[in-house]
Amino acid sequence: MSIEAPLVHRSPVLRWLTSANQQPLDYGRRLWLKVFFGFILFALYSPILTLIAFSFNDSKRNVVWKGFTLKYYAVAWNNSSLVDAFVNSLAIAVMATVVSTVIGATVALMLWRFRFPGKSAYEGFMALPIVIPEICMGVAMLVFFARLGNWMGSFHSGPIFWWHQLFSIWPLSLSAITISHIAFCFPFVAVVVRARMAGFNRELEESSKDLGATEWQTFRHIILPFMQPGLIAGALLAFTLSLDDFVITFFTSGPETVTFPVKVYSLVRRGVSPDINAASTALIVITLVASLVAMKLQAPAKAKKS
Amino acid sequence: MDSWKHNRLVFWVLALPGTFWLVVFFLVPLTIIWFMSFGEKVGLLDVNITGTLANYWRTTDPVYLLILWKSAWISTLATALCLLIAYPVAFGICFAPARWRPVMLLLIILPFWINLLIRTYALIAVFRTYGYLNYTLEFFWKLTLLDSFVGPFQPFEFLYNNGAVVTGLVYVYMPFMVLPLYATIERLDRSYLEASLDLGASQFRTLISVTVPLTMPGIVSGIILVFIPCLGSFLTPDLLGGANAVMIGNVIERQFKAANDWPFGAALSFLLMYATFGALALRALLAGRNKQGMAI
Repeated sequence: MSIEAPLVHRSPVLRWLTSANQQPLDYGRRLWLKVFFGFILFALYSPILTLIAFSFNDSKRNVVWKGFTLKYYAVAWNNSSLVDAFVNSLAIAVMATVVSTVIGATVALMLWRFRFPGKSAYEGFMALPIVIPEICMGVAMLVFFARLGNWMGSFHSGPIFWWHQLFSIWPLSLSAITISHIAFCFPFVAVVVRARMAGFNRELEESSKDLGATEWQTFRHIILPFMQPGLIAGALLAFTLSLDDFVITFFTSGPETVTFPVKVYSLVRRGVSPDINAASTALIVITLVASLVAMKLQAPAKAKKS
Repeated sequence: MDSWKHNRLVFWVLALPGTFWLVVFFLVPLTIIWFMSFGEKVGLLDVNITGTLANYWRTTDPVYLLILWKSAWISTLATALCLLIAYPVAFGICFAPARWRPVMLLLIILPFWINLLIRTYALIAVFRTYGYLNYTLEFFWKLTLLDSFVGPFQPFEFLYNNGAVVTGLVYVYMPFMVLPLYATIERLDRSYLEASLDLGASQFRTLISVTVPLTMPGIVSGIILVFIPCLGSFLTPDLLGGANAVMIGNVIERQFKAANDWPFGAALSFLLMYATFGALALRALLAGRNKQGMAI
């Protein structure tokens, strides 16, 4: 005859729910911790999920569900200033990603490979754009480009005049924003690439050089393939940072150079409306796809390494 | 690691682009602002650098002093709430089954990838007078028949006050707190906790006397990572606080846009910079004093 264990201990669901049999250190099994975690997830996600859901809602008032529609996507799509802003944002993000990936990678390689006097101070300097408040950088860029523009605008002929004229053509008219984005993106790329290079076996580089490869050949065939996942991750990080930035762009954009977040800001100030939901949903999808692609691209490279 | 003298050409090729960019497009603009904070406005756009401290003195005007004080306590409150929420969350992730940990961490970090503006906008839709929260409350009000006893439901004004700003800041910056906490709690040697519990300390006593001191580097990093962006925030108080909850960021924005007083705006943004440097120096000091202070 067997003694029946209490129902609580027999059913896995009840055991999970009531935290039966838990050890003192099994904090992960504590009910209150699970409930708390669930509540935090609810608080984090419910505003975003309702935003996405109500972009499909057939009601201007946008509080009660009235039925499925795609018409607000059409409204957003037909809003030419919104689409222009979106195209500007993508152009800036692509240019900023390319440049900041290259610069970030060179900085990472330099810090990884060389010892030099004042290195820790240099590292602190590189981290500055990451740590200082965004608004300080934004206003500094505003003043800098206003001054630069005034100075260049004071020429009425000659090379600087032509140079200045060149920058009024799209997408070069976006260069003030792009330059600011590169300045805060590439230190992030450098951090990511350097973390990747920390796992590199330096003997590989030495043996490559011992076997007669030049600096460039060693870089091209030994270092670059190892660095690639870090480069991709860094590039996608730069892309999302640039696409998402509001504060710094807000101070460097002019009436002709509006980006998507700046445009959405001006719409949001006028109140909640479903076409903003639709446009926001599009941006959320793009950012999340970019981050998922980054993970996907990194996964096989990691498997090869081990 | 090579000395830079071994291969000067490679060193300079790698060092120049980044250094150039950061000096010209970051250090020079900040230096201009710094000089400007000691200047006087002349005419509409020109600024004379006279070495005056008047812009900094102006921040002691009661109007601005009140805003500085408010920014400091709103940021402190938001940081404290972040810590209170993020500590159990990070703890729960670290003590979850190993295969769940990456998923749980990803779930907490994922909203951070979504645009700050969009997340703030999502909060407006929840908290506005005819938003989802008031709608839900009204539903329960009617469900519990309170409207027939007490009267019709009056929607709450959740937005445009200090509470809305604190909520928004916690919502937006929480992941910043979870990450460093997770990193230190994960490294925590659990045998210390076991020893404390075996020797008869209660769970609460173990938390206060063992776990919290051992995870202090993560706590300090998290506090600084949240406090600095909170103090300099502009978007959250602008959209959620309106005219009732103005922070330093909003005053700075006004000086550079509507009010067009660049020297004063420059002085205010450098006050923010000094606060940031102070916080970072404090962290370095604490990390130096704490021997296992491997701050993130």
